[in-house]
Amino acid sequence: MAGVIKGRAFVVGDNIDTDQIIPARYLTTMEPSTLARNAMRDLEPKYGAFLDAQNKCPYQIIVARDNFGCGSSREHAPIALAAAGIRAVIANSFARIYYRNSINGGRSIYPLETAADLSPVKTGDELEIDLDKLTVKISGGQTFALKDFGPVKEIIDCGGLTAYNKKHG
Amino acid sequence: MGMTITEKILARAAGKKTVTPGEVVFAGVDIALAHDVTSDLAIDIVEKDFGGQVWDPAKIIILPDHGVPNKDIQVAMLVKKLLDFAAAQKIKNIFSVETGDYGVCHTMLPYRGFVRPGQVIVGADSHTCQHGSLGAFSTGIGSTELGNVFATGRLWFRVPETIKIEVNGRLPDGVLAKDLVLRVIGDLGVDGALYMAMEWSGKAIDALSIDERMTLTNMAIECGAKSGIIAPDQKTLNFVRARTPEKFEPLYSDPDAEYARALTYQAEDLAPVVAKPFSPANVVPARDCRDVRVDQVYIGSCTGGKYEDFAAAARILYGKKKSPGIRLLIVPATTEIQRQIIKDGLYDIFMDAGGVLVSAGCNACLGYHGGVLAAGETAVSTTNRNFRGRMGHVDSRVYLASPITAAKTAIAGYITD
Repeated sequence: MAGVIKGRAFVVGDNIDTDQIIPARYLTTMEPSTLARNAMRDLEPKYGAFLDAQNKCPYQIIVARDNFGCGSSREHAPIALAAAGIRAVIANSFARIYYRNSINGGRSIYPLETAADLSPVKTGDELEIDLDKLTVKISGGQTFALKDFGPVKEIIDCGGLTAYNKKHG
Repeated sequence: MGMTITEKILARAAGKKTVTPGEVVFAGVDIALAHDVTSDLAIDIVEKDFGGQVWDPAKIIILPDHGVPNKDIQVAMLVKKLLDFAAAQKIKNIFSVETGDYGVCHTMLPYRGFVRPGQVIVGADSHTCQHGSLGAFSTGIGSTELGNVFATGRLWFRVPETIKIEVNGRLPDGVLAKDLVLRVIGDLGVDGALYMAMEWSGKAIDALSIDERMTLTNMAIECGAKSGIIAPDQKTLNFVRARTPEKFEPLYSDPDAEYARALTYQAEDLAPVVAKPFSPANVVPARDCRDVRVDQVYIGSCTGGKYEDFAAAARILYGKKKSPGIRLLIVPATTEIQRQIIKDGLYDIFMDAGGVLVSAGCNACLGYHGGVLAAGETAVSTTNRNFRGRMGHVDSRVYLASPITAAKTAIAGYITD
Protein backbone atom coordinates (compact mmCIF):
# COMPACT_ATOMS: atom_id res chain seq x y z
CA MET A 1 0.00 0.00 0.00
CA ALA A 2 1.41 3.31 -0.97
CA GLY A 3 0.46 6.55 -2.53
CA VAL A 4 -1.92 9.39 -2.42
CA ILE A 5 -5.69 9.46 -2.81
CA LYS A 6 -7.17 12.77 -3.94
CA GLY A 7 -10.85 13.34 -4.22
CA ARG A 8 -14.06 15.03 -3.20
CA ALA A 9 -15.55 14.27 0.18
CA PHE A 10 -19.08 13.14 0.99
CA VAL A 11 -19.76 13.76 4.67
CA VAL A 12 -22.10 11.67 6.85
CA GLY A 13 -22.58 11.22 10.60
CA ASP A 14 -22.61 8.43 13.20
CA ASN A 15 -23.92 4.88 12.77
CA ILE A 16 -24.32 4.69 9.01
CA ASP A 17 -25.73 1.15 8.82
CA THR A 18 -25.42 -1.33 5.99
CA ASP A 19 -29.16 -1.10 5.26
CA GLN A 20 -28.55 2.53 4.27
CA ILE A 21 -25.34 1.73 2.36
CA ILE A 22 -27.01 -0.99 0.30
CA PRO A 23 -30.61 -1.95 1.17
CA ALA A 24 -31.53 -5.64 1.36
CA ARG A 25 -33.81 -5.42 -1.69
CA TYR A 26 -30.68 -5.06 -3.84
CA LEU A 27 -28.90 -8.06 -2.29
CA THR A 28 -29.95 -10.49 -4.97
CA THR A 29 -26.60 -10.11 -6.71
CA MET A 30 -22.97 -9.43 -5.80
CA GLU A 31 -22.23 -7.90 -9.20
CA PRO A 32 -20.37 -4.64 -8.40
CA SER A 33 -21.79 -2.27 -11.04
CA THR A 34 -25.38 -3.25 -10.20
CA LEU A 35 -24.75 -2.66 -6.50
CA ALA A 36 -22.98 0.65 -7.23
CA ARG A 37 -26.10 2.06 -8.90
CA ASN A 38 -27.95 1.64 -5.60
CA ALA A 39 -25.23 2.65 -3.14
CA MET A 40 -26.51 4.75 -0.22
CA ARG A 41 -30.02 4.51 -1.68
CA ASP A 42 -31.72 4.69 1.73
CA LEU A 43 -29.35 7.21 3.32
CA GLU A 44 -30.99 9.84 5.50
CA PRO A 45 -31.92 12.73 3.15
CA LYS A 46 -30.22 15.30 5.42
CA TYR A 47 -26.83 14.20 4.06
CA GLY A 48 -27.75 15.11 0.47
CA ALA A 49 -27.58 12.91 -2.61
CA PHE A 50 -24.74 10.41 -2.86
CA LEU A 51 -25.62 9.52 -6.46
CA ASP A 52 -26.46 11.99 -9.22
CA ALA A 53 -29.41 11.74 -11.61
CA GLN A 54 -27.52 9.19 -13.70
CA ASN A 55 -26.87 7.06 -10.55
CA LYS A 56 -23.17 7.99 -10.70
CA CYS A 57 -21.27 9.01 -7.59
CA PRO A 58 -19.35 12.32 -7.93
CA TYR A 59 -17.34 11.66 -4.73
CA GLN A 60 -14.21 9.60 -4.06
CA ILE A 61 -13.95 9.78 -0.25
CA ILE A 62 -16.59 9.29 2.46
CA VAL A 63 -16.05 11.08 5.77
CA ALA A 64 -18.07 9.61 8.65
CA ARG A 65 -18.09 9.78 12.43
CA ASP A 66 -18.48 6.73 14.69
CA ASN A 67 -19.47 3.15 13.87
CA PHE A 68 -19.54 3.40 10.07
CA GLY A 69 -20.98 0.27 8.44
CA CYS A 70 -22.83 -1.12 11.45
CA GLY A 71 -25.38 -3.87 11.02
CA SER A 72 -25.19 -6.77 8.66
CA SER A 73 -22.17 -8.71 7.41
CA ARG A 74 -23.00 -7.95 3.78
CA GLU A 75 -19.78 -7.43 1.85
CA HIS A 76 -22.10 -5.89 -0.73
CA ALA A 77 -21.55 -2.65 1.26
CA PRO A 78 -17.85 -2.07 0.48
CA ILE A 79 -18.37 -3.66 -2.95
CA ALA A 80 -21.11 -1.12 -3.76
CA LEU A 81 -19.10 1.85 -2.48
CA ALA A 82 -15.88 0.78 -4.21
CA ALA A 83 -17.69 0.20 -7.51
CA ALA A 84 -19.32 3.63 -7.14
CA GLY A 85 -15.81 5.09 -7.11
CA ILE A 86 -15.12 5.50 -3.40
CA ARG A 87 -11.43 4.92 -2.61
CA ALA A 88 -11.45 5.54 1.13
CA VAL A 89 -13.77 5.99 4.09
CA ILE A 90 -12.38 8.18 6.87
CA ALA A 91 -14.16 7.68 10.21
CA ASN A 92 -13.66 7.99 13.93
CA SER A 93 -14.57 4.31 14.21
CA PHE A 94 -15.86 1.45 12.07
CA ALA A 95 -18.22 -1.41 12.76
CA ARG A 96 -15.99 -4.45 12.83
CA ILE A 97 -17.41 -6.59 10.02
CA TYR A 98 -17.46 -3.63 7.63
CA TYR A 99 -13.85 -2.88 8.62
CA ARG A 100 -12.78 -6.47 8.07
CA ASN A 101 -14.63 -6.68 4.73
CA SER A 102 -12.85 -3.53 3.55
CA ILE A 103 -9.43 -4.92 4.43
CA ASN A 104 -9.94 -8.55 3.50
CA GLY A 105 -11.81 -7.86 0.27
CA GLY A 106 -8.70 -6.25 -1.25
CA ARG A 107 -10.73 -3.72 -3.24
CA SER A 108 -8.72 -0.56 -2.53
CA ILE A 109 -11.46 1.02 -0.48
CA TYR A 110 -9.44 1.83 2.58
CA PRO A 111 -11.08 2.09 6.02
CA LEU A 112 -9.09 4.92 7.60
CA GLU A 113 -9.56 5.57 11.31
CA THR A 114 -8.75 8.87 12.94
CA ALA A 115 -9.10 10.38 16.39
CA ALA A 116 -9.33 13.85 14.83
CA ASP A 117 -12.38 16.08 14.96
CA LEU A 118 -13.83 15.67 11.47
CA SER A 119 -16.34 18.53 11.74
CA PRO A 120 -14.26 20.94 9.58
CA VAL A 121 -14.77 18.66 6.54
CA LYS A 122 -17.80 19.55 4.42
CA THR A 123 -19.34 17.64 1.53
CA GLY A 124 -17.61 18.68 -1.68
CA ASP A 125 -14.27 19.55 -0.01
CA GLU A 126 -11.22 18.32 -1.88
CA LEU A 127 -9.14 16.00 0.30
CA GLU A 128 -5.65 14.61 -0.15
CA ILE A 129 -4.90 11.40 1.73
CA ASP A 130 -1.27 10.30 2.07
CA LEU A 131 -1.32 6.60 2.89
CA ASP A 132 2.41 6.51 3.69
CA LYS A 133 2.47 9.50 6.01
CA LEU A 134 -1.04 8.66 7.30
CA THR A 135 -2.30 12.19 6.91
CA VAL A 136 -5.32 13.87 5.38
CA LYS A 137 -5.17 17.43 4.10
CA ILE A 138 -8.30 19.47 3.46
CA SER A 139 -7.65 21.61 0.37
CA GLY A 140 -6.69 25.09 1.57
CA GLY A 141 -7.14 24.00 5.17
CA GLN A 142 -5.84 21.87 7.97
CA THR A 143 -4.11 18.51 8.00
CA PHE A 144 -5.00 15.73 10.41
CA ALA A 145 -3.51 12.36 11.28
CA LEU A 146 -4.84 8.87 10.58
CA LYS A 147 -4.31 5.86 12.83
CA ASP A 148 -2.04 3.14 11.51
CA PHE A 149 -3.46 -0.25 10.53
CA GLY A 150 -1.44 -2.23 13.05
CA PRO A 151 -0.78 -5.91 12.34
CA VAL A 152 -3.36 -6.19 9.55
CA LYS A 153 -1.33 -3.83 7.32
CA GLU A 154 0.39 -6.91 5.94
CA ILE A 155 -2.96 -8.15 4.59
CA ILE A 156 -3.66 -4.75 3.00
CA ASP A 157 -0.19 -4.67 1.48
CA CYS A 158 -0.78 -8.10 -0.05
CA GLY A 159 -4.01 -6.84 -1.67
CA GLY A 160 -6.51 -8.55 0.61
CA LEU A 161 -6.98 -11.81 2.47
CA THR A 162 -7.21 -14.05 -0.60
CA ALA A 163 -3.89 -12.77 -1.92
CA TYR A 164 -2.38 -12.99 1.57
CA ASN A 165 -3.44 -16.61 2.02
CA LYS A 166 -2.21 -17.56 -1.45
CA LYS A 167 1.15 -15.97 -0.72
CA HIS A 168 1.52 -17.60 2.70
CA GLY A 169 0.11 -20.98 1.69
CA MET B 1 -3.36 -13.23 35.14
CA GLY B 2 -6.38 -15.27 34.15
CA MET B 3 -8.16 -15.36 30.81
CA THR B 4 -11.79 -15.00 29.79
CA ILE B 5 -13.64 -17.87 28.11
CA THR B 6 -13.30 -16.02 24.79
CA GLU B 7 -9.54 -15.59 25.17
CA LYS B 8 -9.15 -19.26 26.09
CA ILE B 9 -11.12 -20.48 23.08
CA LEU B 10 -9.13 -18.29 20.69
CA ALA B 11 -5.82 -19.28 22.32
CA ARG B 12 -6.59 -22.97 21.96
CA ALA B 13 -7.75 -22.56 18.35
CA ALA B 14 -4.60 -20.58 17.52
CA GLY B 15 -2.32 -23.15 19.19
CA LYS B 16 -1.14 -20.68 21.83
CA LYS B 17 -0.95 -20.91 25.62
CA THR B 18 -2.22 -17.41 26.16
CA VAL B 19 -3.58 -14.50 24.16
CA THR B 20 -4.24 -10.93 25.18
CA PRO B 21 -6.90 -8.50 23.92
CA GLY B 22 -5.76 -6.54 20.88
CA GLU B 23 -3.48 -9.31 19.65
CA VAL B 24 -4.17 -10.64 16.14
CA VAL B 25 -4.14 -14.44 15.85
CA PHE B 26 -4.83 -16.91 13.07
CA ALA B 27 -7.21 -19.49 14.51
CA GLY B 28 -8.60 -22.75 13.16
CA VAL B 29 -12.35 -22.79 12.48
CA ASP B 30 -14.59 -25.66 13.64
CA ILE B 31 -17.79 -24.75 11.80
CA ALA B 32 -18.44 -22.37 8.87
CA LEU B 33 -22.00 -21.53 7.87
CA ALA B 34 -23.13 -20.27 4.49
CA HIS B 35 -26.47 -18.90 3.31
CA ASP B 36 -27.95 -17.64 0.06
CA VAL B 37 -27.29 -13.88 0.28
CA THR B 38 -23.56 -13.89 1.06
CA SER B 39 -22.08 -17.07 -0.44
CA ASP B 40 -21.81 -16.10 -4.10
CA LEU B 41 -18.42 -14.42 -3.81
CA ALA B 42 -17.14 -17.04 -1.34
CA ILE B 43 -17.81 -19.78 -3.88
CA ASP B 44 -16.05 -17.81 -6.62
CA ILE B 45 -12.99 -17.44 -4.37
CA VAL B 46 -12.78 -21.19 -3.71
CA GLU B 47 -13.19 -21.98 -7.39
CA LYS B 48 -11.03 -19.25 -8.94
CA ASP B 49 -8.33 -18.68 -6.32
CA PHE B 50 -7.91 -21.92 -4.41
CA GLY B 51 -8.26 -24.69 -6.99
CA GLY B 52 -11.88 -25.46 -6.28
CA GLN B 53 -11.44 -27.60 -3.16
CA VAL B 54 -12.78 -26.85 0.33
CA TRP B 55 -10.72 -27.64 3.41
CA ASP B 56 -13.20 -29.96 5.10
CA PRO B 57 -16.72 -30.61 3.79
CA ALA B 58 -17.84 -31.93 7.20
CA LYS B 59 -17.24 -28.54 8.80
CA ILE B 60 -19.25 -26.51 6.31
CA ILE B 61 -22.98 -26.15 6.83
CA ILE B 62 -25.14 -24.94 3.94
CA LEU B 63 -28.36 -23.20 4.98
CA PRO B 64 -30.13 -21.05 2.39
CA ASP B 65 -32.65 -19.12 4.48
CA HIS B 66 -32.94 -15.45 3.49
CA GLY B 67 -34.81 -15.53 0.20
CA VAL B 68 -36.36 -19.00 0.31
CA PRO B 69 -38.59 -20.47 -0.96
CA ASN B 70 -36.88 -18.64 -3.81
CA LYS B 71 -38.50 -15.22 -3.88
CA ASP B 72 -37.38 -14.25 -7.37
CA ILE B 73 -35.23 -15.42 -10.25
CA GLN B 74 -32.03 -13.87 -8.94
CA VAL B 75 -32.39 -15.57 -5.55
CA ALA B 76 -33.21 -18.83 -7.33
CA MET B 77 -29.88 -18.48 -9.16
CA LEU B 78 -27.98 -17.77 -5.91
CA VAL B 79 -29.55 -20.76 -4.15
CA LYS B 80 -28.88 -23.03 -7.13
CA LYS B 81 -25.24 -21.95 -7.21
CA LEU B 82 -24.91 -22.66 -3.48
CA LEU B 83 -26.53 -26.10 -3.73
CA ASP B 84 -24.51 -27.01 -6.82
CA PHE B 85 -21.36 -26.00 -4.94
CA ALA B 86 -22.37 -28.12 -1.95
CA ALA B 87 -22.95 -31.14 -4.19
CA ALA B 88 -19.64 -30.69 -6.02
CA GLN B 89 -17.78 -30.37 -2.71
CA LYS B 90 -19.56 -33.40 -1.22
CA ILE B 91 -20.88 -31.27 1.62
CA LYS B 92 -23.44 -33.40 3.46
CA ASN B 93 -24.81 -30.83 5.90
CA ILE B 94 -27.42 -29.10 3.77
CA PHE B 95 -30.65 -27.70 5.22
CA SER B 96 -32.83 -26.23 2.51
CA VAL B 97 -36.31 -26.23 1.03
CA GLU B 98 -35.01 -29.08 -1.12
CA THR B 99 -34.24 -31.23 1.95
CA GLY B 100 -37.64 -30.38 3.48
CA ASP B 101 -35.94 -29.37 6.69
CA TYR B 102 -34.76 -25.80 6.75
CA GLY B 103 -35.01 -22.44 8.48
CA VAL B 104 -33.02 -19.48 9.73
CA CYS B 105 -29.39 -20.62 9.87
CA HIS B 106 -28.88 -19.47 13.46
CA THR B 107 -31.77 -21.53 14.75
CA MET B 108 -30.95 -24.58 12.61
CA LEU B 109 -27.30 -24.73 13.66
CA PRO B 110 -27.66 -25.31 17.43
CA TYR B 111 -30.80 -27.41 17.06
CA ARG B 112 -28.95 -29.78 14.72
CA GLY B 113 -26.00 -30.18 17.09
CA PHE B 114 -23.41 -28.16 15.16
CA VAL B 115 -22.82 -25.68 18.00
CA ARG B 116 -20.68 -27.08 20.80
CA PRO B 117 -18.97 -25.44 23.78
CA GLY B 118 -15.40 -24.33 23.18
CA GLN B 119 -15.65 -24.24 19.38
CA VAL B 120 -14.75 -21.47 16.93
CA ILE B 121 -17.72 -20.82 14.62
CA VAL B 122 -17.92 -18.33 11.78
CA GLY B 123 -20.71 -17.51 9.38
CA ALA B 124 -21.25 -14.97 6.64
CA ASP B 125 -24.08 -13.40 8.60
CA SER B 126 -23.75 -10.83 11.35
CA HIS B 127 -26.01 -12.67 13.82
CA THR B 128 -23.60 -15.60 13.91
CA CYS B 129 -22.63 -14.11 17.28
CA GLN B 130 -25.70 -15.95 18.61
CA HIS B 131 -23.86 -19.26 18.97
CA GLY B 132 -21.98 -18.09 22.03
CA SER B 133 -25.21 -19.00 23.84
CA LEU B 134 -23.78 -22.53 24.05
CA GLY B 135 -20.29 -21.48 25.13
CA ALA B 136 -18.66 -21.25 21.69
CA PHE B 137 -16.73 -18.34 20.22
CA SER B 138 -18.87 -17.39 17.26
CA THR B 139 -18.81 -14.36 15.00
CA GLY B 140 -20.10 -12.95 11.73
CA ILE B 141 -17.74 -12.54 8.77
CA GLY B 142 -17.85 -11.33 5.18
CA SER B 143 -17.98 -13.23 1.92
CA THR B 144 -14.27 -12.91 1.08
CA GLU B 145 -13.52 -14.22 4.55
CA LEU B 146 -15.95 -17.10 4.13
CA GLY B 147 -14.29 -18.06 0.84
CA ASN B 148 -10.91 -18.07 2.54
CA VAL B 149 -12.25 -20.14 5.46
CA PHE B 150 -13.78 -22.59 2.97
CA ALA B 151 -10.35 -22.96 1.36
CA THR B 152 -8.00 -22.82 4.35
CA GLY B 153 -10.02 -23.56 7.49
CA ARG B 154 -8.54 -20.63 9.33
CA LEU B 155 -9.02 -16.91 9.79
CA TRP B 156 -7.42 -13.96 11.57
CA PHE B 157 -9.10 -12.58 14.65
CA ARG B 158 -8.25 -9.61 16.79
CA VAL B 159 -8.63 -10.99 20.31
CA PRO B 160 -11.51 -8.95 21.76
CA GLU B 161 -11.70 -7.24 25.12
CA THR B 162 -14.67 -8.55 27.09
CA ILE B 163 -17.56 -6.68 28.69
CA LYS B 164 -19.03 -8.65 31.56
CA ILE B 165 -22.78 -8.33 32.05
CA GLU B 166 -24.00 -9.78 35.31
CA VAL B 167 -27.74 -10.10 35.83
CA ASN B 168 -28.74 -11.00 39.37
CA GLY B 169 -32.13 -11.96 40.74
CA ARG B 170 -35.09 -13.24 38.76
CA LEU B 171 -36.84 -11.70 35.76
CA PRO B 172 -40.38 -10.55 36.62
CA ASP B 173 -43.33 -12.32 34.97
CA GLY B 174 -43.93 -10.93 31.49
CA VAL B 175 -40.34 -9.79 31.09
CA LEU B 176 -38.30 -11.82 28.62
CA ALA B 177 -34.68 -12.05 27.47
CA LYS B 178 -35.59 -9.67 24.65
CA ASP B 179 -36.45 -6.96 27.19
CA LEU B 180 -33.16 -7.57 28.96
CA VAL B 181 -31.00 -7.45 25.84
CA LEU B 182 -32.77 -4.34 24.52
CA ARG B 183 -32.23 -2.63 27.88
CA VAL B 184 -28.51 -3.47 27.76
CA ILE B 185 -28.21 -2.28 24.14
CA GLY B 186 -30.00 0.92 25.16
CA ASP B 187 -27.53 1.44 27.98
CA LEU B 188 -24.40 0.56 25.98
CA GLY B 189 -25.42 2.20 22.70
CA VAL B 190 -25.04 0.76 19.21
CA ASP B 191 -21.25 0.92 19.41
CA GLY B 192 -20.84 0.47 23.16
CA ALA B 193 -19.25 -2.94 22.73
CA LEU B 194 -17.44 -2.26 19.45
CA TYR B 195 -14.92 -5.06 18.63
CA MET B 196 -15.63 -6.65 22.06
CA ALA B 197 -17.07 -9.87 23.45
CA MET B 198 -20.17 -9.62 25.67
CA GLU B 199 -20.08 -12.25 28.40
CA TRP B 200 -23.37 -12.82 30.25
CA SER B 201 -23.54 -14.29 33.74
CA GLY B 202 -25.52 -14.23 36.98
CA LYS B 203 -28.48 -16.01 38.55
CA ALA B 204 -31.01 -14.57 36.09
CA ILE B 205 -28.97 -15.90 33.16
CA ASP B 206 -28.57 -19.31 34.81
CA ALA B 207 -32.36 -19.47 35.08
CA LEU B 208 -32.93 -18.75 31.37
CA SER B 209 -33.76 -21.52 28.91
CA ILE B 210 -31.47 -22.14 25.95
CA ASP B 211 -33.98 -20.43 23.60
CA GLU B 212 -33.93 -17.32 25.78
CA ARG B 213 -30.12 -17.32 26.03
CA MET B 214 -29.99 -17.39 22.23
CA THR B 215 -31.94 -14.11 22.19
CA LEU B 216 -29.26 -12.46 24.35
CA THR B 217 -26.20 -13.53 22.37
CA ASN B 218 -27.98 -13.05 19.01
CA MET B 219 -28.15 -9.30 19.55
CA ALA B 220 -24.54 -8.73 20.66
CA ILE B 221 -23.85 -7.30 17.21
CA GLU B 222 -26.44 -4.57 17.86
CA CYS B 223 -23.99 -2.91 20.24
CA GLY B 224 -21.13 -3.51 17.87
CA ALA B 225 -19.81 -6.62 19.63
CA LYS B 226 -17.80 -9.27 17.89
CA SER B 227 -19.42 -12.03 19.90
CA GLY B 228 -21.73 -12.80 22.78
CA ILE B 229 -21.08 -15.69 25.11
CA ILE B 230 -22.53 -17.54 28.09
CA ALA B 231 -20.47 -20.10 30.02
CA PRO B 232 -21.81 -23.61 29.49
CA ASP B 233 -23.75 -25.12 32.39
CA GLN B 234 -25.65 -28.39 32.84
CA LYS B 235 -28.53 -27.02 30.73
CA THR B 236 -26.07 -26.32 27.91
CA LEU B 237 -24.44 -29.73 28.13
CA ASN B 238 -27.81 -31.51 28.15
CA PHE B 239 -28.96 -29.51 25.10
CA VAL B 240 -25.79 -30.24 23.13
CA ARG B 241 -25.43 -33.91 24.12
CA ALA B 242 -29.05 -34.58 23.11
CA ARG B 243 -28.14 -33.41 19.61
CA THR B 244 -24.67 -34.69 18.79
CA PRO B 245 -22.39 -37.59 19.67
CA GLU B 246 -19.36 -35.41 18.81
CA LYS B 247 -16.89 -34.75 21.59
CA PHE B 248 -16.17 -31.24 22.81
CA GLU B 249 -14.20 -29.60 25.57
CA PRO B 250 -15.88 -26.65 27.31
CA LEU B 251 -13.81 -23.72 28.53
CA TYR B 252 -14.62 -21.25 31.31
CA SER B 253 -13.42 -17.80 32.35
CA ASP B 254 -10.86 -17.74 35.14
CA PRO B 255 -11.93 -16.04 38.38
CA ASP B 256 -9.14 -13.48 37.89
CA ALA B 257 -9.87 -12.86 34.18
CA GLU B 258 -9.65 -9.22 33.20
CA TYR B 259 -12.68 -7.38 31.83
CA ALA B 260 -12.71 -4.08 29.96
CA ARG B 261 -15.93 -3.16 31.68
CA ALA B 262 -18.53 -4.74 33.94
CA LEU B 263 -22.25 -3.97 34.06
CA THR B 264 -24.54 -5.27 36.77
CA TYR B 265 -28.31 -5.50 36.58
CA GLN B 266 -30.97 -6.56 39.04
CA ALA B 267 -33.53 -8.57 37.07
CA GLU B 268 -36.44 -7.39 39.21
CA ASP B 269 -35.79 -3.82 37.99
CA LEU B 270 -36.45 -4.73 34.35
CA ALA B 271 -39.71 -4.07 32.50
CA PRO B 272 -41.09 -4.64 28.98
CA VAL B 273 -39.38 -2.27 26.55
CA VAL B 274 -39.35 -1.47 22.86
CA ALA B 275 -36.60 -0.09 20.62
CA LYS B 276 -38.05 2.81 18.63
CA PRO B 277 -37.04 3.58 15.04
CA PHE B 278 -34.35 3.76 13.76
CA SER B 279 -31.93 2.21 16.23
CA PRO B 280 -31.90 -0.92 18.42
CA ALA B 281 -30.45 1.35 21.15
CA ASN B 282 -33.43 3.72 21.08
CA VAL B 283 -35.01 1.87 24.01
CA VAL B 284 -38.00 3.10 26.04
CA PRO B 285 -40.64 1.41 28.24
CA ALA B 286 -43.30 -0.23 26.03
CA ARG B 287 -46.04 1.52 28.01
CA ASP B 288 -44.69 4.91 26.91
CA CYS B 289 -45.57 4.14 23.29
CA ARG B 290 -49.33 3.70 23.62
CA ASP B 291 -49.84 6.47 21.08
CA VAL B 292 -48.17 4.34 18.39
CA ARG B 293 -50.71 2.53 16.22
CA VAL B 294 -49.37 -0.41 14.23
CA ASP B 295 -50.12 -1.90 10.82
CA GLN B 296 -48.26 -5.16 11.33
CA VAL B 297 -47.10 -7.42 14.15
CA TYR B 298 -44.30 -9.75 13.09
CA ILE B 299 -43.37 -12.67 15.32
CA GLY B 300 -40.39 -14.42 13.79
CA SER B 301 -36.63 -14.56 13.03
CA CYS B 302 -33.64 -16.11 14.80
CA THR B 303 -34.18 -13.60 17.60
CA GLY B 304 -37.92 -13.98 18.08
CA GLY B 305 -39.23 -16.96 16.08
CA LYS B 306 -38.13 -19.83 18.31
CA TYR B 307 -40.58 -22.25 19.92
CA GLU B 308 -40.58 -20.47 23.26
CA ASP B 309 -41.19 -17.12 21.57
CA PHE B 310 -44.37 -18.55 20.07
CA ALA B 311 -45.36 -20.20 23.35
CA ALA B 312 -45.07 -16.81 25.09
CA ALA B 313 -47.11 -15.08 22.37
CA ALA B 314 -49.74 -17.84 22.35
CA ARG B 315 -50.38 -17.47 26.09
CA ILE B 316 -51.34 -13.83 25.42
CA LEU B 317 -53.32 -14.48 22.24
CA TYR B 318 -55.27 -17.50 23.56
CA GLY B 319 -58.97 -16.86 23.00
CA LYS B 320 -58.34 -13.30 21.77
CA LYS B 321 -58.61 -11.54 18.41
CA LYS B 322 -56.08 -9.26 16.84
CA SER B 323 -57.09 -5.66 16.28
CA PRO B 324 -59.11 -5.33 13.03
CA GLY B 325 -57.17 -4.31 9.96
CA ILE B 326 -53.66 -5.09 11.17
CA ARG B 327 -51.55 -7.99 9.92
CA LEU B 328 -50.39 -10.56 12.46
CA LEU B 329 -47.61 -12.59 10.85
CA ILE B 330 -46.41 -15.82 12.45
CA VAL B 331 -43.02 -16.70 10.97
CA PRO B 332 -41.41 -19.79 12.53
CA ALA B 333 -37.61 -19.70 12.39
CA THR B 334 -37.51 -23.32 11.17
CA THR B 335 -39.76 -25.99 9.73
CA GLU B 336 -39.17 -28.01 12.92
CA ILE B 337 -40.66 -25.17 14.98
CA GLN B 338 -43.49 -24.81 12.48
CA ARG B 339 -44.32 -28.48 12.90
CA GLN B 340 -44.19 -28.18 16.68
CA ILE B 341 -46.45 -25.14 16.92
CA ILE B 342 -49.00 -26.90 14.72
CA LYS B 343 -48.75 -30.13 16.73
CA ASP B 344 -49.08 -28.35 20.08
CA GLY B 345 -52.09 -26.28 19.05
CA LEU B 346 -50.32 -22.91 19.07
CA TYR B 347 -51.05 -22.63 15.37
CA ASP B 348 -54.79 -22.76 16.08
CA ILE B 349 -54.48 -20.04 18.72
CA PHE B 350 -52.72 -17.75 16.24
CA MET B 351 -55.15 -18.50 13.40
CA ASP B 352 -58.16 -18.05 15.69
CA ALA B 353 -56.72 -14.68 16.63
CA GLY B 354 -56.61 -13.71 12.96
CA GLY B 355 -52.93 -14.41 12.35
CA VAL B 356 -51.34 -15.71 9.17
CA LEU B 357 -48.58 -18.30 8.95
CA VAL B 358 -45.60 -17.40 6.75
CA SER B 359 -43.15 -20.08 5.63
CA ALA B 360 -40.03 -20.58 7.76
CA GLY B 361 -36.97 -18.43 7.13
CA CYS B 362 -35.69 -14.85 7.36
CA ASN B 363 -38.49 -13.31 5.25
CA ALA B 364 -39.29 -9.69 6.16
CA CYS B 365 -36.84 -9.43 9.08
CA LEU B 366 -34.51 -7.80 6.54
CA GLY B 367 -37.27 -6.50 4.26
CA TYR B 368 -36.52 -9.19 1.72
CA HIS B 369 -39.95 -10.82 1.22
CA GLY B 370 -42.85 -12.38 3.15
CA GLY B 371 -44.28 -9.38 5.00
CA VAL B 372 -42.58 -6.24 3.69
CA LEU B 373 -43.86 -2.82 4.85
CA ALA B 374 -45.32 -0.02 2.69
CA ALA B 375 -44.41 3.66 2.99
CA GLY B 376 -45.85 5.12 6.17
CA GLU B 377 -46.51 1.74 7.80
CA THR B 378 -45.44 0.80 11.32
CA ALA B 379 -44.59 -2.67 12.61
CA VAL B 380 -43.90 -4.14 16.00
CA SER B 381 -41.45 -6.96 15.46
CA THR B 382 -39.65 -9.59 17.53
CA THR B 383 -36.66 -9.33 15.17
CA ASN B 384 -33.32 -7.66 15.85
CA ARG B 385 -32.97 -4.52 13.71
CA ASN B 386 -35.03 -1.42 13.07
CA PHE B 387 -32.76 0.66 10.84
CA ARG B 388 -34.28 2.95 8.22
CA GLY B 389 -36.08 0.81 5.65
CA ARG B 390 -35.08 -2.40 7.42
CA MET B 391 -38.38 -4.23 6.87
CA GLY B 392 -39.42 -2.57 3.65
CA HIS B 393 -40.03 0.96 2.37
CA VAL B 394 -37.54 3.54 3.56
CA ASP B 395 -40.44 5.47 5.08
CA SER B 396 -41.73 2.57 7.16
CA ARG B 397 -41.02 2.19 10.88
CA VAL B 398 -40.14 -0.79 13.07
CA TYR B 399 -40.39 -1.09 16.86
CA LEU B 400 -38.45 -4.04 18.28
CA ALA B 401 -40.15 -5.89 21.13
CA SER B 402 -40.53 -9.19 22.96
CA PRO B 403 -43.07 -11.75 21.73
CA ILE B 404 -45.27 -10.89 24.74
CA THR B 405 -45.29 -7.17 23.89
CA ALA B 406 -45.83 -8.04 20.21
CA ALA B 407 -48.83 -10.24 21.04
CA LYS B 408 -50.38 -7.65 23.37
CA THR B 409 -49.85 -5.01 20.68
CA ALA B 410 -51.57 -7.22 18.10
CA ILE B 411 -54.67 -7.36 20.30
CA ALA B 412 -54.70 -3.64 21.15
CA GLY B 413 -53.65 -2.30 17.75
CA TYR B 414 -51.26 0.07 19.48
CA ILE B 415 -48.06 -0.60 21.40
CA THR B 416 -48.77 -1.82 24.91
CA ASP B 417 -47.33 -4.03 27.61
